[in-house]
Amino acid sequence: MVKIAEQDTSLLNLFNESRSLIEKDSSPLVNQWRTKAEEAFKQLGIPSNKVEAYKYTNLQPWFKAQYAYSFSENGYQGKIDEIFKCDVESMESHTVFMVNGKFIPGSNGNVLPQGVVIGSFSELAKKHSLIIEKYYSKIAPVTEDGMVALNTMFANDGIFIHVPAGKVVEKPIQIVNILTGEKDLMVNQRNLIVIEENAQARVLFCDHTLTQSRFVINSVTEAQIDATANLDFYNIQNQHNGTIQVGGYYFNQEKQSVLNANYFTLHTGIARNNIFARLGGEHAENHISGLYLIDKNQHVDNFSYINHAVPDCESNELFKGVMDDASTGAFTGRILVAKDAQRTNAYQSNNNLLLTENAKMNTRPQLEIYADDVKCSHGATVGQLDDNALFYLRARGISKEEANILLRFAFAYEVIEKIQMPELKEQIRELVEKRFRGELDKCDSCVVCGQVDKNAMRCV
Amino acid sequence: MPEIRFKQTILECIMATEQDKLLEEVTNREYQYGFHTDIEMDMLPKGLDEEVIKEISRRKKEPEFMLEFRLEAYRNWLKMESPDWAHLKIPPIDFQDMIYYAAPKKKPQLESMDEVDPELRATFDKLGIPLDEQKVLAGVAVDAIIDSVSVKTTFRETLAEKGIIFCSISEAIQEYPDLVKKHLGSVVPPGDNFFAALNSAVFSDGSFVFIPKGVRCPMELSSYFRINAMNTGQFERTLIVAEDDSYVSYLEGCTAPMRDENQLHAAVVEIVALDRAEVKYSTVQNWYPGDKNGKGGIFNFVTKRGICKGDYSKISWTQVETGSAITWKYPSCVLMGDHTVGEFYSVALTNNYQQADTGTKMIHLGKNTRSLIVSKGISAGFSQNSYRGLVKVSKRAENARNFSQCDSLLLGDKCGAHTFPYLEINNNSAKVEHEATTSKIGEDQIFYCNQRGIDTENAVGLIVNGYVKEVINQLPMEFAVEAQKLLQISLEGSVG
Amino acid sequence: MLKIKDLHAKIDGKEILRGINLEVKAGEIHAIMGPNGSGKSTLAAVLTGNEAFEVNEGEVEFNGEDLLDMAPEDRAREGLFLSFQYPVEIPGVSMTNFMRTALNEQKKHKGEEPLSASDFLKLMRDRKKLVDIDSDLTNRSVNEGFSGGEKKKNEIFQMAMLDPKLAILDETDSGLDIDALRIVANGVNKLKRSDNATILITHYQRLLDYIEPDYVHVLYKGRIVKSAGKELARELEEKGYDWIKKEFEE
Repeated sequence: MVKIAEQDTSLLNLFNESRSLIEKDSSPLVNQWRTKAEEAFKQLGIPSNKVEAYKYTNLQPWFKAQYAYSFSENGYQGKIDEIFKCDVESMESHTVFMVNGKFIPGSNGNVLPQGVVIGSFSELAKKHSLIIEKYYSKIAPVTEDGMVALNTMFANDGIFIHVPAGKVVEKPIQIVNILTGEKDLMVNQRNLIVIEENAQARVLFCDHTLTQSRFVINSVTEAQIDATANLDFYNIQNQHNGTIQVGGYYFNQEKQSVLNANYFTLHTGIARNNIFARLGGEHAENHISGLYLIDKNQHVDNFSYINHAVPDCESNELFKGVMDDASTGAFTGRILVAKDAQRTNAYQSNNNLLLTENAKMNTRPQLEIYADDVKCSHGATVGQLDDNALFYLRARGISKEEANILLRFAFAYEVIEKIQMPELKEQIRELVEKRFRGELDKCDSCVVCGQVDKNAMRCV
Repeated sequence: MPEIRFKQTILECIMATEQDKLLEEVTNREYQYGFHTDIEMDMLPKGLDEEVIKEISRRKKEPEFMLEFRLEAYRNWLKMESPDWAHLKIPPIDFQDMIYYAAPKKKPQLESMDEVDPELRATFDKLGIPLDEQKVLAGVAVDAIIDSVSVKTTFRETLAEKGIIFCSISEAIQEYPDLVKKHLGSVVPPGDNFFAALNSAVFSDGSFVFIPKGVRCPMELSSYFRINAMNTGQFERTLIVAEDDSYVSYLEGCTAPMRDENQLHAAVVEIVALDRAEVKYSTVQNWYPGDKNGKGGIFNFVTKRGICKGDYSKISWTQVETGSAITWKYPSCVLMGDHTVGEFYSVALTNNYQQADTGTKMIHLGKNTRSLIVSKGISAGFSQNSYRGLVKVSKRAENARNFSQCDSLLLGDKCGAHTFPYLEINNNSAKVEHEATTSKIGEDQIFYCNQRGIDTENAVGLIVNGYVKEVINQLPMEFAVEAQKLLQISLEGSVG
Repeated sequence: MLKIKDLHAKIDGKEILRGINLEVKAGEIHAIMGPNGSGKSTLAAVLTGNEAFEVNEGEVEFNGEDLLDMAPEDRAREGLFLSFQYPVEIPGVSMTNFMRTALNEQKKHKGEEPLSASDFLKLMRDRKKLVDIDSDLTNRSVNEGFSGGEKKKNEIFQMAMLDPKLAILDETDSGLDIDALRIVANGVNKLKRSDNATILITHYQRLLDYIEPDYVHVLYKGRIVKSAGKELARELEEKGYDWIKKEFEE
């Protein structure tokens, strides 16, 4: 019997005390998983840095039962779109709001293609039991990671997206995740995205904080991408530095499907992304990228696991980071090529700039390969800007400061370039450039979406 | 670049087929060194407790501090668990079902070759290890360790003239207790890890090298390790101390007889390099890897670590690993002094059911330290081959530089090749680069060789030799030839 | 325009320049030739302010100002241009953005207004035509994936854009085929005026068939050991450097 920490016991107690409240509005098919999750959590607990996968991010100090936890049906009563705007300039989207992990009804009125469903996970799980039965907790297994187990115990609401076969959602589906309230809060948001055969969608998650309280988020997103389907996924994280967020993103890809997933961490407290992709059908294509620009005492840990389960798939991974002040970055990228997954092409690279003597970076690119006809490579670098490039720019009359900014921006641009939506690309490009120029207060809470001034937040 | 390399390989192909009949000789051989020598052994009974340790220390007539060292290590070991983080499937090892001390009964005198047990000499002849006088010309001094006890050290006088000490660690403990006391355990402390602790408790012999200030050791120093007796674990201990401005190149080779059961080998090597000293440590590891079905073979759990204590010192590890059923080994450099350099060149070849988890650690502590890692893994059969490495740049290590290149080559679709590097960078003036590739052997290259009349098996051997050249080139000439032969033997039967 | 007095410079403690004296006036073209390792590229690097080199003695005056006192970017803004022997690739920085930044920094330095986007683009078109380079080079990142010849042409294009007072061309002819060499040389000739000057650093006489120098200097072991008119270049072509070395050693 594995001993679990005291705080984990308190989380288990919290679960048992609130279980009836959590289950009240949930689908029985979702409730069915809670006991299994609880069993798994008793074994796994909240991962400390002794768990190999969490070597560089110890979550134990943060996930405790002390946070007030709202199990009521709707955590927010106000009209959220009146106080908060998250617009990408000149980009039309289907925008929905989530407050403290719960869905807020009311979209921006754009008409969805017939059959496409976007809405509250809690509500829609009850209506779409076939989908839940097929995918829920199947893509993100509860037995592997204590955080998934914890989420599955407490899971109640989140976003539910279903794009039926052959449907194409042209406009991006934007989910604005807002954390607000006067009390410190723990949130276990649960999302499910199903893109059926030959369907296409773009999904954009924007994560924000509106008040100064401490927010501890443990979200799990499961995404099924059926054969020849296409998902374009973006996560833009811009939260105050009292935020601790564990974002689990689990993708399952069928044959000839394409996934582009892009992670931008522009501001946060402690961020851990768990990005798992299983290439389960031949000729599936997977492109994952990430950019993290951090300073002060921020900590970002991107953990990715690309599982080439079948032959003839391709994956491409690029993560880049710029660490300022006393921030710490971490990256783990595991590529698994299963036995007989022949003709796999898998590439990965992770490049980092350390700007100050107190910044740190730990990186672990990993290849685990059981098939021989493969082309796999990874590369990782930690360093500074290239002196020769700096001199070349200065010899053309560009000042040292400007040359530094230009090169930093050029460093980051390789990731920005991968954004497939031109309007979003332009917005991020501008923000990153401003960020490097210091023209933008890097502490502003909502640098991404041009939030109205009165809600702008300062760093703690 | 790849194009040029390919051309070289082809050239070597042709030259080799015409000239090097050796290659043909070595194919169709299984484990060349799998014979057993009947020498009367002086053994302790199976099992391990404090009494056994005291007995080992007593028989070796050790001073008090050694017994304390051993007991401390043993007590540490009792509290530790066998590491499980490596990418290895290790069957349970019964540490009580093992003999911890076995010495040839007739301990040969060291004055002349004639006094060496003839059977033992025959063993050496079969091994072809350079023990006889002819080898003076080759400039090789040998300390042969058979089952735990150092048998013969050649050329001691030549070395003694320069003030170099090259002897068994047992003798060193008797004759130079102060030196041993000062350095033993200073790089790998008695409680460092499970296997190092076990070694510290029970080691029976090993080599000791001391190079005094300003001396360049005029010849390659070499030891040969061989496990002979049944049910014995071999726990040798090597300590190399290079004082200011000195240089030494040290070679280590290993063989073991073929046996059905697994045998344990848990060695510790410590290197201390002082100001501007340079130590080159080369290993060709060829322990018995088990048979085609994965039966038998050596478990090789080794802790090797060097410390560049003085400024401008350098430690370079080169290893060619073809043997053992399981290899667990990470020769490391602690770059403590300023401007120090650490290097790690490795070829690890696994075939049949072999498992290897090997790599290095480069710990940058001083200013302007540099490290280089070149690792070439080759997996065949049903084997699993992992590179595991750590590059750590501490906060005070200004201007650290590291470059790592870790390539894996797969021969066959039933084996695995894995790469697990860790880069931990705590100083922003560091430049650290890691690159790794995994691929299978080029079919176009094999075809090209075929077209020139070279059969596939030879072509694979030659291409592999081209692939590992960068590492092999680091070895002293004699060893390089030996290493290439070994690779060829180990690949035997891997091409369908 | 440029006065170099007894210039000494070293890298990693090794002295490469050992007392250079040279004066370049407006309207002149100087060729500096010499065998490999004589210090030609070091001279270019030191003049433009590469921090890898340390000046341990001597003075350099550029338009009456102390050149060695200036940061590399200020030297550039004052009108000193180096065509790099090995132009650096800068992925992610577009040529357009790069040139616009450089040009506007120069304007700001002179107290002039920055160019509007349309004026800038017009100037780009103009200069491209002048030096006869393909328009798609400027749509890419700085030197990224350029062939050797494209990189050198791109250097000359940048020179045309920045309109320097003194241009130093460091081995611009190396690795060029005849067509590219002609384009580079034509560019240099077209940009020549009575109020600017050029220093050609080259190992071979070949470039001097296209660009006629007023003076030829031979650099050897960190010193200028011979200066003469353009006929010296031909002599070097015919006889090689050995006779100079011999003369110098004696």
